[in-house]
Amino acid sequence: MIRLENIEKVYRTDRIETVALTNINLEVDEGEFISVMGPSGCGKSTLLNLIGLLDVPTEGHVQLDGAPITTYRDRQLAAIRNREIGFVFQTFHLVSDLSVLDNVQIPLLYRRMSNRERRERALEALDRVGLSARVHHFPSQLSGGQQQRVAIARAIVGRPRILLADEPTGNLDSHMGEEIMGLLEDLNRGERTTIVMVTHDQQKAERTARIVRLFDGRQVN
Amino acid sequence: MLRHYLTLAVKVLLRRKFFTFISLFGISFTLLVLMVATAMLDHTFAPMPPETRQDRTLNVVRAAMYGPSDTSVSSAGFELFDRYARDLPGVERLSIYSSVGVVHSYIKGEKIESSLKRTDGEFWQILDFSFIEGGPYSTEDVDQARFVAVINETTRRKFFGTQPAVGKSLEADRQRFRVIGVVEDVSRLRSVPFADIWVPYTTLQSDGYKRGLLGNFNAMALATDRSALPQIRDEFRSRLDRVELPDPKESTTLVAPFETHFESYARDIGGAQKWASEKDPNSQGWKLTLVLSVAAVLFMLLPTVNLINLNMSRIMERASEIGVRKAFGASSQTLVGQFIVENVLLTLVGGLVGLVLSALVLRAISESGLIQYATFELNLRVFGYALAFALLFGLISGVYPAWRMSRLHPVDALRGGAAR
Repeated sequence: MIRLENIEKVYRTDRIETVALTNINLEVDEGEFISVMGPSGCGKSTLLNLIGLLDVPTEGHVQLDGAPITTYRDRQLAAIRNREIGFVFQTFHLVSDLSVLDNVQIPLLYRRMSNRERRERALEALDRVGLSARVHHFPSQLSGGQQQRVAIARAIVGRPRILLADEPTGNLDSHMGEEIMGLLEDLNRGERTTIVMVTHDQQKAERTARIVRLFDGRQVN
Repeated sequence: MLRHYLTLAVKVLLRRKFFTFISLFGISFTLLVLMVATAMLDHTFAPMPPETRQDRTLNVVRAAMYGPSDTSVSSAGFELFDRYARDLPGVERLSIYSSVGVVHSYIKGEKIESSLKRTDGEFWQILDFSFIEGGPYSTEDVDQARFVAVINETTRRKFFGTQPAVGKSLEADRQRFRVIGVVEDVSRLRSVPFADIWVPYTTLQSDGYKRGLLGNFNAMALATDRSALPQIRDEFRSRLDRVELPDPKESTTLVAPFETHFESYARDIGGAQKWASEKDPNSQGWKLTLVLSVAAVLFMLLPTVNLINLNMSRIMERASEIGVRKAFGASSQTLVGQFIVENVLLTLVGGLVGLVLSALVLRAISESGLIQYATFELNLRVFGYALAFALLFGLISGVYPAWRMSRLHPVDALRGGAAR
């Protein structure tokens, strides 16, 4: 489903050149739950950004269902991100001025549908993460775990086939981290959502089907 | 989607109160000045009673004779119009009237100063005065040199208090006139109809006014329809080209163009000096349009740049939101739209505040009596201009920051906006 071929990512500024990733080859099958591990700065987030079409590789190709998306333009990439991919970030990235319900609706704003349908689907997603009672709250009124659940509801509201989670439990205590991990596993099993999760946590990584390890921008096995 | 953007915009504006205040202050102050200026221009140039037929009316309010060594600029003489402007093709009515002059009257030892205009009977047929009492004098009254007068409301109050004036008489510069009509006051800025007292031109003490190409008279032509206007201008100009000038050694060219009120202002703006340097009988309206447009643009430029700056910092503070929206499928174009909606909403609110302030300022100017009989107001047309200004302002100050913001790389945006 996701295929990365000979990926290299180099960040260039006027003075220095930083190689973030080199010679990465990776395939993720539909319905797979994999984790990406490695020390800080090894390129995990960069890898996730490339898979999520938020960034383009310096060399190599990213394919989604065989389509060469590295050649796509901004609008096409935006449309694919909207339909196929959901993101969960370590720091949640909820819009503080919007209510929980409005935050969850964000991905649906970029699709043609009625306000009513948007609202219904957002309520459904919030119900799925157990936050039906908090729809009119604002992010600042929620605990970290609740905020991350809102973020997951936002990531799944558009029913994407791929969920990319960047250290989703990194900012949470172990109990809340466990809740979030449980939610991700449910999504993987129940909806066959393909999940790529970046984590530092060996125990959580071991619960996924496969672990991809990175060190200094290289894949190590 | 629009509802979502508007909700978000309102929340952002309420959350950042200081920023909102500064922006609104800048916007409303700018719009206040523009709207007051627009209301004044509208009051001066737009068709309104008594100049309701302004769209098909042309006036000659200045004439100049150019010679090799000297130039004379003044109003035209009665003779010029009497001999050359009668029976112009395309003209439905022609009125010849004097420039306004100051006359003095004494009531119980108190000196009263009034502006007096001497006109023909056609003057009242072309202009649409609103009579409170009586009516205008006719062409016959003028031909018979009857000493009748139409006065305005303020003059009636000065001379007769709260009593009706028709049938009574008043003295101006030792001439006695019988009042036959009272009209509503007309603003001094409407120079064609403006006066306190209007009387037949035949009541002038000598008939010397009948001679001379330059003098103290103006002409107003009402065209059969708008399409006849160019023909009237051209025909009168070509008639003037054939005029035999009294002293060909002294003067070689005569310029006295039929123009709109706006064009006359444009030509008059530099005064006699400018007239002296420009023989061009063509319309100078474009120059005034240019000056006004440039002034408006320059005036809007500074607050626009300021608002752009404020918007830039505001947008950068919201980098994370931009990153999230991009990650979830917003294209750059959609984001530009979102931020423009926010900015336009802000400027419309600023416009509304500006509108209220303008109404107050205009009322204060009107009540101050700074310009005689002028009542500036915010009519629908001025409101339309205000709305257009606010929208333009919102678009200009929103587009650049929105464009910069939409170019933020989503990864950088999620990290907090530091450029790569």
